[in-house]
Amino acid sequence: MIAQSLSDLWYGFSVALMPQNLMWSFFGVLIGNLIGVLPGMGALTAISMLLPLTYSMHAVPAILMLAGIFYGSQYGGAIGAILLNLPSHPPHAVSCLDGYPMTQHGRGGAALGITMIASFFAASFGITVMVFASPLLVQIAFKLGPAEIFSVMLLGLLAGATMSRGSPLKGVAMTVFGLLIGVVGTDVNTGAQRFTFGFTELADRVELVALAMGIFGIGDFLRSVNRIHFAGHEAKVRFKDMRPTKAELKRSFMPMLRGTLIGTLFGAMPGTGPTITTFIAYAVERKVSRHPERFGHGAIEGVASPEAASHSKTQVDFIPTMSLGIPGDSVMALLLGALLIQGITPGPQLITEHADLFWGLIASFWVGNVLLIILNVPLIGLWVKMLQVPYRFLFPSALLFIAVGVYSTNNSLFEVTEVLFFGVVGAILMALEFPVAPILLGYVLGPLVEENFRRAVLLARGDLSVFVTRPISAAFIAAALALIVGQLVLGWRARRSLKRMQPA
Amino acid sequence: MHRLFRKSLRDYVGGALMVLLGLAAILEGRTYQVGSVSHMGPGFFPVWLGAILACSGLAIIVYAKLFIPRDEDEDMLPPEWRAWMLIIASVAAFVGLATYGGLVPATFAVVFLSALADRDNTVLTAAVLAAAITLVCVVVFWWALQLQIPLFRWG
Repeated sequence: MIAQSLSDLWYGFSVALMPQNLMWSFFGVLIGNLIGVLPGMGALTAISMLLPLTYSMHAVPAILMLAGIFYGSQYGGAIGAILLNLPSHPPHAVSCLDGYPMTQHGRGGAALGITMIASFFAASFGITVMVFASPLLVQIAFKLGPAEIFSVMLLGLLAGATMSRGSPLKGVAMTVFGLLIGVVGTDVNTGAQRFTFGFTELADRVELVALAMGIFGIGDFLRSVNRIHFAGHEAKVRFKDMRPTKAELKRSFMPMLRGTLIGTLFGAMPGTGPTITTFIAYAVERKVSRHPERFGHGAIEGVASPEAASHSKTQVDFIPTMSLGIPGDSVMALLLGALLIQGITPGPQLITEHADLFWGLIASFWVGNVLLIILNVPLIGLWVKMLQVPYRFLFPSALLFIAVGVYSTNNSLFEVTEVLFFGVVGAILMALEFPVAPILLGYVLGPLVEENFRRAVLLARGDLSVFVTRPISAAFIAAALALIVGQLVLGWRARRSLKRMQPA
Repeated sequence: MHRLFRKSLRDYVGGALMVLLGLAAILEGRTYQVGSVSHMGPGFFPVWLGAILACSGLAIIVYAKLFIPRDEDEDMLPPEWRAWMLIIASVAAFVGLATYGGLVPATFAVVFLSALADRDNTVLTAAVLAAAITLVCVVVFWWALQLQIPLFRWG
């Protein structure tokens, strides 16, 4: 088994190192890093902007590039958080807490260096887990029928809805809203047109890129206009400053390890977002520290652990996405969508049928992470400059890239109108404090959920109890119930302690 | 944080919106064949989703009524109507001008109008930015990536 995995991995490297694939991987990491550094742009924006480009590409380079954009932008996001106190991407908000004080004390470079080391270490660990866990998971996955798959997806959707930030109830509402958007188009079983309202363009579903760019692009601009300023202040970092001292390295080793494990654990749980992962990693670090009072004033542990957690989670997240077809969060949902567009259905058969893609992807993670380090050594000065581009120039340019990018997906201006529509919808929902990321998860999983639900019930001749009488399915349903009960208890407790703090 | 609505109102409006959306989905879904559990039609899934959405909307309202204190003091931000309208108009202008004017006017319009949305931009800086981005767009998208919109066209 292990020998098999290793030889598969070897094969993966031969795929990832093919000049063409290597080139796209490099391109993805570079662009991802670049966009991630820009204020107000995260992995979601970066991937959806470049998604149209992949439609005409071969599947392997396409997915390698998109994955590269993902972890590249993640690394880029950390730079803004640490040097300028700008959480351009919510998971990095935690890195601001101690990263920025380090910059103020003149140790910003070291914080970046530690981030780099922690990311690479955590990513390597995550990849290793992926190499050995995926084949195991696949063996289980083959035993899953439609009833089980439906239950797993239900669990994933519920976890995604309730464990993101904000009210769990609102998260559920958004997930269902996403599922409804996923219904739009032609019903695969009967050919009926659903929710198309006479637009023939909608028969082929709502365009993934239009939905993502609307919510995360235009929606965000509408919300942030005139509210984000920042003339960049001077933060000079050269490569020489990036080397952490021996003491700093020693202090951050254990946090790095703990962060990695937390990230791995959360990555394996479908639906837990990256933000909650980094926050928990930070909280744990503060709990175990002998000097919790140093946190918030430039404790290097507070940078190492969350950054490690976010990177190991990123890698481990790929396991359920690729081998079960169930994305852990909205970025994974987007990548899953990209695979579906390429005509590849993620699932247990993916590893055998598309071995080049699967093992190539895994190997490219390593290659990409090495590229990332090589890239950031000479370019750190450039990134610092990019950080200082004012928002008032940034978002009009991004708006154009969105419009052109969405147009080019199908050469259709109707889809640009779709972006505008979802942008306005997204901005309204955000103003009402709905978490919008679950919409994307619901949209991508919608057709799969419906398909498996209908098939499972059909096979059971209309008997709905099939979901609780089959043991594996029942276990997932039980986990979903436990999740809801847990949320209720936690919410109740939080309210009680709130009341105690401020007696009416 | 950016707050546009008061906290309690935010949840009432949000919940009501979800109830309305859910009801709309049920009504529209019922026009397709709903069927029964053993013979599901294309309307089955959307109708039930609509029902769940409406219920979660109700739950949001009830929760707000029970637990969320009325009218806390919060920093309220003034609405940015001018900026919002300009951004929406800029994308609409892109769609319109790409159809009836070509890539160059469409690009210029989307950048120029949306740049005006930010109070720190003057007409001049917006125009300069728009011109610069238009040039980049023509080189990158039209010349290098062969975007299928002509630079100029009439009608």
